[in-house]
This record gives sequence, structure tokens and C-alpha cells, in this order.
Amino acid sequence: MTAPPLLKVDKLSLDFRTREGRVKALQDVSFHIDRGEILGIVGESGSGKSVSAFAIMGLLESTAEIGGGSVHFAGADLLADNGAAMRAMRGREISMIFQSPRTALNPIRKVGRQIEDVLRRHGPVTGHEAKKKAIEALERVRIPDSARRYDAYPFELSGGMCQRVMIAMALACRPMLLIADEPTTGLDVTTQAVVMDLIREMVDETRMGALLITHDLGLAGEYCDRIAVMHAGHTVEDAPTEVLLEKAAHPYSARLIAATPAAADEIADLGSIPGGLPDLRRQDLPYCRFRDRCDRRVEVCDAQPLPVTELTGSHLVRCWRPT
Amino acid sequence: MGSAIPSLIGVIIATFLLSRALPGDPAVYFAGPAANAESVQQVRESLGLDKSVPEQFALYVWDLAHGSLGTSLTTGQPVADDLLQRLPASMELTFAALIVAIVVAVPLGVFAAVRPSSFVDHFCRGTVTVAAAFPTFFVALLLVYVFYYLLGWAPQPLGRIDEIYYVAPDTVTGFYLIDTLLAGDSESFRGALAQLVLPTISLALFALAPIARMTRASMLTALGSDFVRTARANGLSGATVLFTYGFRNALLSITNIMGMIFSFLLGSNVLIEQVFGWPGIGAYAVSAVIASDYAAVQGFILMMAVIYVLLNLVVDLLAGLIDPRVRFEG
Repeated sequence: MTAPPLLKVDKLSLDFRTREGRVKALQDVSFHIDRGEILGIVGESGSGKSVSAFAIMGLLESTAEIGGGSVHFAGADLLADNGAAMRAMRGREISMIFQSPRTALNPIRKVGRQIEDVLRRHGPVTGHEAKKKAIEALERVRIPDSARRYDAYPFELSGGMCQRVMIAMALACRPMLLIADEPTTGLDVTTQAVVMDLIREMVDETRMGALLITHDLGLAGEYCDRIAVMHAGHTVEDAPTEVLLEKAAHPYSARLIAATPAAADEIADLGSIPGGLPDLRRQDLPYCRFRDRCDRRVEVCDAQPLPVTELTGSHLVRCWRPT
Repeated sequence: MGSAIPSLIGVIIATFLLSRALPGDPAVYFAGPAANAESVQQVRESLGLDKSVPEQFALYVWDLAHGSLGTSLTTGQPVADDLLQRLPASMELTFAALIVAIVVAVPLGVFAAVRPSSFVDHFCRGTVTVAAAFPTFFVALLLVYVFYYLLGWAPQPLGRIDEIYYVAPDTVTGFYLIDTLLAGDSESFRGALAQLVLPTISLALFALAPIARMTRASMLTALGSDFVRTARANGLSGATVLFTYGFRNALLSITNIMGMIFSFLLGSNVLIEQVFGWPGIGAYAVSAVIASDYAAVQGFILMMAVIYVLLNLVVDLLAGLIDPRVRFEG
């Protein structure tokens, strides 16, 4: 009997109400994260990666409507409508970092003060303690000369340094789960590696769980323990990293892997996936949202809802014709 | 500050030319209706108006360099003295109006931004539009009619203080509200305050719209920004997010338009001062224009320009206080 996962998202469905009708942003999305594990969610823009993260954080816009499913975190039901408890949990038990760290920090507040704001919010600390802890948090993410950096404004720091500050802020209260939404987009490759190494290290060190949202399958392959592939609001495949990279069962995953540049590849050999995401406002969305881009399409794909098949113990795929 | 000097030079040239372009001949005006051609010519020579325009300009600049704005034809006093004596009246009115406008419009804008498309938002937009749509002098007249003539709540709209009942305070700052308090005369303070209420409201209504709209827009931008999302993701309380993260960032754009609004108000004073018999620079400027009193008109415009330059300086300093990025550039 294994322990229940740290985070379990189960059959989550979510619509956005817009003037042009309902956008079926998520349907039957399921994944889970254990302690000390990084789960990567991979997919192209608009596939519902960030929306899933915001749903977990309870930070959805007011136009979002959860149609069904559940989100359980450390035994608590996160979808139960309890604003105050959710706010107290954000930043303390679940933290989130974003892309473009420069704009994600308050431009006119010292970075140390911003970390302090989080510390003060989540625990009774004196001013002196808060400052000490904020500097410690900066030290933990290997910011050199952290006592001096405490007084820096975001515009005085490089993008990579800002992202480390963001991580320091997210980890200041030692959360159990870190959600990183495209944390390295906009950073150069070297900085990207530094930031990802740091996240990996923090996960190994503190046994927290992490959710890495990225469109870069290469990055996810390098740093994640498991990968869930999302397409148009569906989780189409969920497997341990090595399994997914070697034996991708879903046609979309297979094509994503073929489209990921490796060092030896010629540009001409790089695969691309034809077509785009279906219009999620359509009333008559097909059972398989990958149907129009798929080369394995058969009659049953149009006729019946997709089955979720368990290929091995922890390899799930949502397709009629997995390989 | 570097841009201030060229703009002042520009203002000096422009005011000189503009005031010469005023219709009407001051010599005829001052010689009086009974004057004949000879006496008009006499007056013209005594005013130095028989000289060529470049000569007149040289004289004007020479006087300016020696700190003289010339002598007003209508009052017979040095223009500088006239203006300095009247400036506090206008300033007091303008400041009062600005403060009232800020106190009303900023919270309105913040509320409207926190709940966009709500009742408060529509109410805010509605009132603000209506307030801006009526000409200031019309609002002023309406207020006088209702609160003085019909209801009798307000005192006679005749100046800064009713000197029959109250004693005008000794001039320290020139602001009656402050001077009466300094003198410890609470009676006169109330008297001065009563006189100030209606003109302040008429003027403040005019400033509500731009301030409220700017506050709403910049609050919406700030609250929709990435760093507010970060603050929310870190669980910060609603008040911290709203004020420390949202409002302080919105304050930047609000401060930036304050300079502009202040000078708008100083300009609209002209009309309000006429309605309320307010002895400020606006009323002075109007009578100077009517009398083609060159020296007074030039002095007035020049002073406004200097005030405007100083105002922008203050706004820049404030922006530096709020935004470290501005500070580091300097």
C-alpha cells in the first residue's frame, strides 16, 4: 500500500465563459505528484497547462467555471470553496513561480522586502527575524552577497537573478509543492540550466513535489521524473520520463518527441506537427481533440469517447490506437 | 531643469508678441473718451509705445533682467507687487480644489478599478462625466444660486473673507486658512473657510474626471500586472496586494498627471474668480487683457510659466520618491 500522492488532480473539467460562448479549456484532466518528484506538463500553447496550475492555486479568473473533478492536496480538497484557507495555503504550502521574472516582481519594492511580505503573511515573525529569514532565503538559492542583494530592486538584477529571487520567495516558507510555470522562458540557455538545476536540487533536498510547466520537451526530459502530455485540454499521456521518451504511445507525444531538436539533428530532419488546436468554443468538439491532426485515425475515434488505457503500471494513454 | 531655461526664453518672446497682438490701443483706452489725437499721442509716448517693436522688446528684456515686470497701467503699481499680492488667493483656492478633488476622485477610481463594470464603476463614470460636462462658471453660478440665494447657507460670494464680520489675518503665508490659524483666530478661520467652500467645489468638480479616470486606468494596469499575480500566488492579503503592490505602482501615473491638472486648475481660476469676486491673479489677468495692459498681461503669463516649470520639477521629485528607477536615472 503506497501513501496517497501529495497532489492529485482527478478528472478536472473547466470552462471559461466568454462572449462567444463557453471555452472548454480542460476536460477530464488527471495527474498526480508525489513528494520529492518533479512532474512535467508538456504541450503547445493553449493546451491547458497554465490553466491547470491556476486551478490548483485557486487563482482562476472569475469567468472560469469548474465543471467537475477534484483536486486533492495533502488530504485537503482544494476545490472546496474556502477562500481564506486557500489564501493561507498559497505561498506557504503551495508556491508558484512564473515566466518573465523581471515583470513578475514588484518593480518599485526591494526584493528583500518582497520576500519579507510573504514571510510576514504566513507566520508571526518580528521585523528583525523576517529580514534575517529573507536573507537566508536568498542564500539558499545561491545568490552571492545576499545581504546586499536584499536591498536591490528588480531592475538592478539580471533576469536569471530575478528568477532566483522568485524561487527564494516561493520557497521562503518551505512549501510542500512548487509550481513552476515556464520558469526559464526568456532566459538564456546557461541561466536556464542554472535555474533548473536549482529547482531539481531544492526538490531533492527538501522532498517537496514540483510541477514544471513547459513547452520544451527536451527540458522536461532532462529534469522531470514523470511527464504528462497535454493537448487541447486533455491529458493524452502520462508516463515516467524514460518510458515516455522511448515508448511514447500517443501519436501527439510521438510527434512532439520527433519535433524536439537534439544536438545532432539537422534542421531539415526536425519534425513538425501539422494543423493546430481545435477551436475549443465549438459545441460539437470531437471525442478525440487530436483527430484532425492524427495519422492513425480510424472510425472508432469519431464514434466513441476515448478510453484511458494503462499500458504498464504507471503509463497511461488516452487513445484508441496507442502504440 | 535643463529644459526649463529654453522654455522660459520661449515664453518671454511669445508673451511679448501675443500681448502686442491684443486688439485695442492702450493709449486710446487710457487717454479716456474725451481725448483728442494730441493727448492720445502724449499718452502713447509716455507709455513708450511710440518706439519700434524691437526697441520695446529690448526694453522689456532689460527690465526683466533687473527683476522688474513693469508697471501696470490700470493699478499704477509694479506688476510684480500686484501679482505677488494676489497669487496666494489663487493658490489657496487651487490647492483647496486639488485636495478636494484628490480626496474624492482617487478612492472612486480605486473602487472602480477593483470592481470593474460594477455599480460603483458605472456610478463613478457617470458622475465624473457629468461633472466634467458642465462649464465651470455655470456650475459656479448654479452653486451660488442654490446655496447663497435660495438656501442661504453660503455667505455672499464676494471675496476671500467678509470684512464686515471678520478681520483679515496678517499676511504670513498669504493663505487665509493658515494665517488665521497662526493668528489663533478661529472666528476668522471659519469665515475664510465659508467663503472658500463654493469656489473650491466648483473648481474641484472640474478636476474630478481626469483624476478618477487616471486612477482607475492605472489601478487596472497595476492590478492586472504580473507582479500582482505573484503577490496573489504568494497568498498576500487583499489589502497588501491592493495598496502596497497595486496602488503604490498606480501612484506613479497619478502623480505624473497632477502637475498638468494643477495648471489646468490655475487656468480655470480665471472664470471662478470672476464669479466669486475672488481677488486672485485670474481676475487681475482678465481686467488686464480688457485694458490692453501689456505689462500686466506679460507678467501674468510669465508667472504662470514659471509656476508650471516649478510644478513639473516638484512632480519629478515626487516621482523619484515613489519610483527607484527614476531615482537611479538621475
